Amino acid sequence: MNLREKLTILADAAKYDASCASSGSDRKHAAPGPDGKGGIGSTEGMGICHSYAPDGRCISLLKILLTNACSFDCLYCVNRASSNVPRARFTVAEVVKLTLDFYRRNYIEGLFLSSGILRDPDYTMEQVVAVARSLRVEHGFRGYIHLKTIPEASEALITEAGLHADRLSINIELPTETALKALAPEKSVPSIRRTMGRLRLKLDEAKSEQHLKHAPRFAPAGQSTQMIVGADAATDRSILDLSANLYGSYGLKRVYYSAFSPIPDASRKLPPAAPPLLREHRLYQADWLLRFYGFSADEIGGASGMLDLDIDPKLAWALGHRDRFPVDLNRAGRETMLRVPGLGAKTVDRLIVARRHRTLRREDLGRLRLPLGKILPFVELGDHRPTRLLDSDRLAAMLRPRPAQIELPF
Amino acid sequence: MHRVALAGPADFSGWRDAARRLARQGVDPADVAWMVDGEADLFGALDPPIATLPEGPAFAVPRGFLELAETAILHVDPERFALLYRMLCRLKTDHDALEDRVDPLVTRLGRLAKAVYRDIHKMHAFVRFRSVATEAGECFVAWFEPEHHIVEAAAPFFVRRFASMRWSILTPERCAHWDGSVLRFSDGVDRGAAPDEDKLEALWCDYYAAIFNPARLKPQAMRSEMPKKYWRNLPEASLIDSLIRSAATRSAEMVQHAPSAPNRSPQRGRAAPAPTAPAGSLEALRLEAADCRRCPLFADATQTVFGEGPADAAIVFVGEQPGDQEDLAGRPFVGPAGQVFDVALQEAGIDRGAVYVTNAVKHFKFVPRGRRRLHQKPNMGEIKACRWWLEQELVLLRPRLVVALGVTALTGLRGTAAPLASVRGQALTLADGTPLIATVHPSFLLRLPDEKEKAREAARFLEDLRRVAALAKAA
Repeated sequence: MNLREKLTILADAAKYDASCASSGSDRKHAAPGPDGKGGIGSTEGMGICHSYAPDGRCISLLKILLTNACSFDCLYCVNRASSNVPRARFTVAEVVKLTLDFYRRNYIEGLFLSSGILRDPDYTMEQVVAVARSLRVEHGFRGYIHLKTIPEASEALITEAGLHADRLSINIELPTETALKALAPEKSVPSIRRTMGRLRLKLDEAKSEQHLKHAPRFAPAGQSTQMIVGADAATDRSILDLSANLYGSYGLKRVYYSAFSPIPDASRKLPPAAPPLLREHRLYQADWLLRFYGFSADEIGGASGMLDLDIDPKLAWALGHRDRFPVDLNRAGRETMLRVPGLGAKTVDRLIVARRHRTLRREDLGRLRLPLGKILPFVELGDHRPTRLLDSDRLAAMLRPRPAQIELPF
Repeated sequence: MHRVALAGPADFSGWRDAARRLARQGVDPADVAWMVDGEADLFGALDPPIATLPEGPAFAVPRGFLELAETAILHVDPERFALLYRMLCRLKTDHDALEDRVDPLVTRLGRLAKAVYRDIHKMHAFVRFRSVATEAGECFVAWFEPEHHIVEAAAPFFVRRFASMRWSILTPERCAHWDGSVLRFSDGVDRGAAPDEDKLEALWCDYYAAIFNPARLKPQAMRSEMPKKYWRNLPEASLIDSLIRSAATRSAEMVQHAPSAPNRSPQRGRAAPAPTAPAGSLEALRLEAADCRRCPLFADATQTVFGEGPADAAIVFVGEQPGDQEDLAGRPFVGPAGQVFDVALQEAGIDRGAVYVTNAVKHFKFVPRGRRRLHQKPNMGEIKACRWWLEQELVLLRPRLVVALGVTALTGLRGTAAPLASVRGQALTLADGTPLIATVHPSFLLRLPDEKEKAREAARFLEDLRRVAALAKAA
């Protein structure tokens, strides 16, 4: 099998992992040192998306599997043991060369390497770590490396993975333990959690010692995870509860939500269906509210346990809590302003500084190109009071998107 | 009218020198015309050069303005010089004017700077190098068409990243060259000067096609981040149309495809052997407790934190429940309270390695708050459910003395709740006659805000531990 065929199989096998972030690491660069010799690669805090696929997803990293041969039989996965997809396996040297060749042409920020489970966890993890080791040690590569961590891998391998990688991740896969047992029989929640716990302790240790000169490096861009949405019956509420738990327990940088997507050669026990993309989008919005807007999972989960698909979760919350509005944008505190539909955290900070210089009016918001239709019913400004509108039964209907025109064949 | 001729479209230092002199003299923005060298000739003779203006009194501007000006000046908007000068004049009288971030001029300049940052960012993202063999060795050359005057601002990034390569980025206006040690700029060139292929692009296109998921078609989202204007210089963009056209069919095929029979020779792995321990041993009990579901606390916690210490320990210390650190590490008394406990034990002359430490409740109970977890007190039901393990631990250990650290431990050991103050320091016994001593939990000492009280309570705790040491010896 030639390299092009391998790459096609092993990139196809990796695309169901949503993470492609290359941000939030420490600063490294390749500029010439005292010896006058430069290297290759840099990370500067902000990640770069080098391309976008027509699925709207960013392409930042070379995201591939070392092999898609896997002894686990996770029903939702294209690479499960019982699937009939063609199998391929890269050598360590092939992945290293491919990464460097792509990197030198500025196609990518670095590598996101995962693997099917071969033989046993340590054997697989050792192969994954060998790629990172070769890139860093033999080739002086200073670009971004994200390694998938195999839950049962030994302490020594995890330590070495963190030494070379910018980010480590372990996928929690499904929102409930029942679903994981049913759909991924070889995986276990306790084992995933224990490893996330081990990572957190190492991350905290590295962070507390980072001021020391020879402090051990450990995954400066932290750890993340992914949850598949729509493969089981879990509600949005239980998904968000789990996310809140994971953020709190393991200090995750991100929980990625991945709408369960049709795969080639799907299992008969888990028939393929169109991916719930809008639901995925609402979950990301809700996740943002948890992390940056001071909401808790029980506030936004919705009475039915499901997020409203028609409107964003903050607007849904505001419509259900009209007694908290209108918010006076010239006086309210930051926490209160963050709860106004249509106002992002950056805008709120901007308004708080600006209002020291002027009384905010409608035209001021207009100049910031904000979604006024969504904001104005909930706020008071120097020249605006929405009281009647807020009490109106019609407000919710006004803010919901209009049903699309039915198109008739002509 | 003052006419200022700048050396180039991105001549920040020329603009700053002229603007500084004009502003110090209090020249009204309406009386200044800004132009780039070459344009100036169209207007005939110039006024006396700005440099002959006398220097007026100096004034300071906030640092943020310099950053804003350095960036916004790279925009193609012909009004940028005048807008920045207007802002400078305003800052002369109102030092904090930039903070009024909804002001029309401030927002307009902010938007210029943002567009420039975005253009720089997109250049960092969308430059595609092509490998060229030269006499001096391999060289990487790219063709790019920026929207604004950003080549010089964007180039240092490529130096930091590709220091060991020799490269050139060619654009219609400016070109950047790096030979491994010096960054050099030259005039713009035509597209024809750039190489038109690289053998690796086929592989890159294969990757692009394979990483695309046809079941998630969202071309709008792609276009907003990768506008069409960039496509002609991106090798992978030639695939976009065909990928979009075939997406619906490909994803429908996946959904309609009848499931095939499972692979008949699946990859086989070696499951790690399940750990075992002799029946009736502490280790066996620990393994059993690892799967405990006797109360709901297991669901949110990382793991069961079982007791730890030698099976022949003379003293057993029982705490409340594991905390954040214990939950992550899977071991009791390793967090902040554990450290207080260790120090006190040492001072009391008790060897931590010779005692057994455990908790009345073996899962961490908490509520998540952002990136932290807030400890919650276990309730009676949880304590009772967990006695199952505590009682078995004590039966297997048969210690000479048991120490309850805090009221939850006491409740767990005796099965009924009692205020600690009423029994602290007394010679108690468990149902089987084992001597029991009750004292505070070390985390109590951590929570005391008053230093004096903290010292007093620490001394009392130490006194209790000394009694424990003495009793254990006597028993």
